[in-house]
Amino acid sequence: MKRKTKWANIYLIVVFIILYTPIFYLMYYSFNSGGTMHHFEGFTLEWYEEVFHDTRLFIIVLNTLVISLLSAAISTILGIFGALAIYYVKKRQMKNMLLTLNNVLIVSPDVIIGASFLILFTIVGIKLGFTSVLLSHIAFSVPIVVIMVLPKLQEMSPTLIDAARDLGASPWNVLTKVILPYITPGIFAGFFMALTYSLDDFAVTFFVTGNGFSTLSVEIYSRARQGISLSINALSTLIFLFTIILVIGYYFINQRSSRPGGLGGRK
Amino acid sequence: MKSNTRNLYLIPYVLWILLFVVAPILLILYYSFFDIEGQFTLGNYKKFFTPVYLRMTLSSFWYAFLITAFSLIIAYPTAYLLTKTKHKQLWLLLIILPTWINLLLKAYAFLGIFGTFGFANSFLELIGIGRKQLLFTDFSFVFVSVYIFIPFMVLPIYNALEKLNPSLVDAARDLGASWWTTFRRVVFPLTLDGVKSGCQAVFIPALSLFMITRLIAGNRVITLGTAIEQHFLVTQDWGMGSTIAVFLIIAMAIIMVATGNRK
Amino acid sequence: MKKLVQMFAAVFAVAMALLYLASHLNTTQGYSGDNTLTIYNWGDYIDPELIKKFEKETGIKVIYQTFDSNEAMMTKIAQGGTTFDVAVPSEYAINKMIEEDLLIPLDHSKLPNLKYINPRFLDLSFDPKNKYSIPYFWGTVGIVYNPEMLGGKKITSWNDLWDKDLRNQILLVDGAREVIGMGLNSLHYSLNDTNKAHLQEAKRKLGALTPNIKAIVGDEIKMLIANEEAAVGVVWSGDAAEIMSENEKLDYVVPKEGSNLWFDNMVIPKTAKNIEGAHKFINFMLDPKHAAQNAEYVGYSTPNQKALDYLPKEIANDKRFYPDLDSAQNLEVYENLGKRMLAYYNELFLEFKMHKK
Repeated sequence: MKRKTKWANIYLIVVFIILYTPIFYLMYYSFNSGGTMHHFEGFTLEWYEEVFHDTRLFIIVLNTLVISLLSAAISTILGIFGALAIYYVKKRQMKNMLLTLNNVLIVSPDVIIGASFLILFTIVGIKLGFTSVLLSHIAFSVPIVVIMVLPKLQEMSPTLIDAARDLGASPWNVLTKVILPYITPGIFAGFFMALTYSLDDFAVTFFVTGNGFSTLSVEIYSRARQGISLSINALSTLIFLFTIILVIGYYFINQRSSRPGGLGGRK
Repeated sequence: MKSNTRNLYLIPYVLWILLFVVAPILLILYYSFFDIEGQFTLGNYKKFFTPVYLRMTLSSFWYAFLITAFSLIIAYPTAYLLTKTKHKQLWLLLIILPTWINLLLKAYAFLGIFGTFGFANSFLELIGIGRKQLLFTDFSFVFVSVYIFIPFMVLPIYNALEKLNPSLVDAARDLGASWWTTFRRVVFPLTLDGVKSGCQAVFIPALSLFMITRLIAGNRVITLGTAIEQHFLVTQDWGMGSTIAVFLIIAMAIIMVATGNRK
Repeated sequence: MKKLVQMFAAVFAVAMALLYLASHLNTTQGYSGDNTLTIYNWGDYIDPELIKKFEKETGIKVIYQTFDSNEAMMTKIAQGGTTFDVAVPSEYAINKMIEEDLLIPLDHSKLPNLKYINPRFLDLSFDPKNKYSIPYFWGTVGIVYNPEMLGGKKITSWNDLWDKDLRNQILLVDGAREVIGMGLNSLHYSLNDTNKAHLQEAKRKLGALTPNIKAIVGDEIKMLIANEEAAVGVVWSGDAAEIMSENEKLDYVVPKEGSNLWFDNMVIPKTAKNIEGAHKFINFMLDPKHAAQNAEYVGYSTPNQKALDYLPKEIANDKRFYPDLDSAQNLEVYENLGKRMLAYYNELFLEFKMHKK
């Protein structure tokens, strides 16, 4: 038994090392005075200084955060509705059709989504900028939330709902007292995935943005022509450390109030 | 009463589907019938069935399969072991965290790591294998793709394992089932839904990977996604790009129906 | 349930606070005022000091937006819905944009500094009489290589690339016209050849090159070559200059069979709101001192004759990047071959990419 845990730990450690190697690589070179991501010449903080003096970059980071938080939250709410809708549909054909339509945006390459959204927005007459970017991020995050929430709903035993109904619970009570608590882990998972999609997206945002509005990925991609400056590395390092502190802090505060929660918790 | 609630859930969702899914699909379908000069044609569909595009489709499916298979092989034990750790939710969050760093930046980091004088090659030299060309090979392409998709596979499997009733496993063990039998007969079948949604979340996007086909595979791998991107952004042949997209959507629908729940 | 509500409330609150902060910064920094000029350019393709100077001199606040391909830029401009006052497309894109009526004619009386541009770069086939565009940077396509990694071997022509010793040593830039053009040039055909037999011949010849090709890549090519990941790269001259400033062992050559001559020009797209300011900006960039400063920062070749006087001698006299254009007869500008022909080029390029080793 002891030996098995040892191997298990080694396996997990290796997975984590591989997941984090490229990130540590980026962080390491953010201190390189040589200005490139190879041949470490000497230690410097000039890239960090550059980040702190660049207000435009700061605005872009803020924009990125606002878009990803808002789009993740709204798409999670929409996604819950979606999952419930699919769950309640009884006909198998209808169910499959909804699921297939749901997944179209996951399979479509970003370029197509971006181009077709751009056409859509200009037809409808939405001014390109914050609103159009937010709408598109919500749009492409909804399906992943549905995919994360739906299995939780399906595993829930239907007798649970029936029992609640028999006891006289209103549909609203059934939803808030029975269903939502049960699928909470799925909701959290969906929220985090939506956040991930939004933070990572370049192609869709590129097409639907305009009038001076920009997000971090768009900025990074457009800087690639001249080689990415190490100040982007420095910025990523800062964001990464900030997030890690936030995540660990959140976890332990949650832990202390002794309410297990977060992503995968059962209750 | 019951039908009432159902309708309410459907309203926002169907609205979303109509606006952001059906409308774009119709646009794509519409464009796929026009050639590069804006004339109505069926030529794009004819072109899709030429050897060039068929070979591309085949290789896309092959790579997507490889990527999904390796992701599953690595992610399942990871998810399983994660559920046994002490601060499991924290570790799970830490699995997702790397995806928040910009993909292009990570790809550049991989260029450095896999390069001739990179970290991976120094390691190979150290253990006596010697320098190899890692960059621009199938190996590096599959490796980086798996790297990108791992969290998307771990998450649903983790959730499925979490809901697994531990007493079922105990019961199986008490009845004398070996560890392997327990896994094969009890654990795996009960987490099949998680595995399915994980595979869907990996296989389908893997079909349309682009960018890293250029950065990591040096355009040695051409997927359907790469071709669509080229047609939309470089050739400006939206018709052909849309045609490939139509086939991609059809393929996805088939996969969804094939792996769908049979309840 | 309570936890869910709490979390969503927290997320919305944080997002609103950040949104307020961002819009506050936007107004205090002047990014959302009326007196603005939006420039749509390649990433990091201008000296930021010049933007600051322009803002100070004119009181116009500049919003700098970037794109990473001509085609993406054209799509955005064609769809409208957003403001761009000045854009910097490449020459073939300008031709297309003129055809599709996406550009506003320039008022030459507002551009007195135009006289400093070398007449060799004016009145070219893609924009007769420079009615719509003014040259920003120019260059060639050629071969950057590492003599040390090739054992002192010199490369002077496209055909040198077919050498068996170069196995797995060549990086190509991801461009259909560049790569197919290389095949055409190596056979002494024109870069603008539309004869399908010639194109097929070029494709077959390129197929024979596959064993030597390590990868076909984008902007990363600069980093890879500077890093000695491969000995030879087919690149644009501007990129070559940049690579060579990072790794001094490297050399650049414009192959003797001929090559491409390219331009990035400033234009005023149909989406422009501040046309007056756009002219001011173009004229500002045409000032020889500013052009020289910009050329030094970006590293590309400036078309501004007078600016050469302000550039360091070793840059201005470098024949590799400022070749004697009168003697270089075999440099060709890409012509607009029409959509169908261009699609054919791309089709060949796709087949070339899928050619297995």
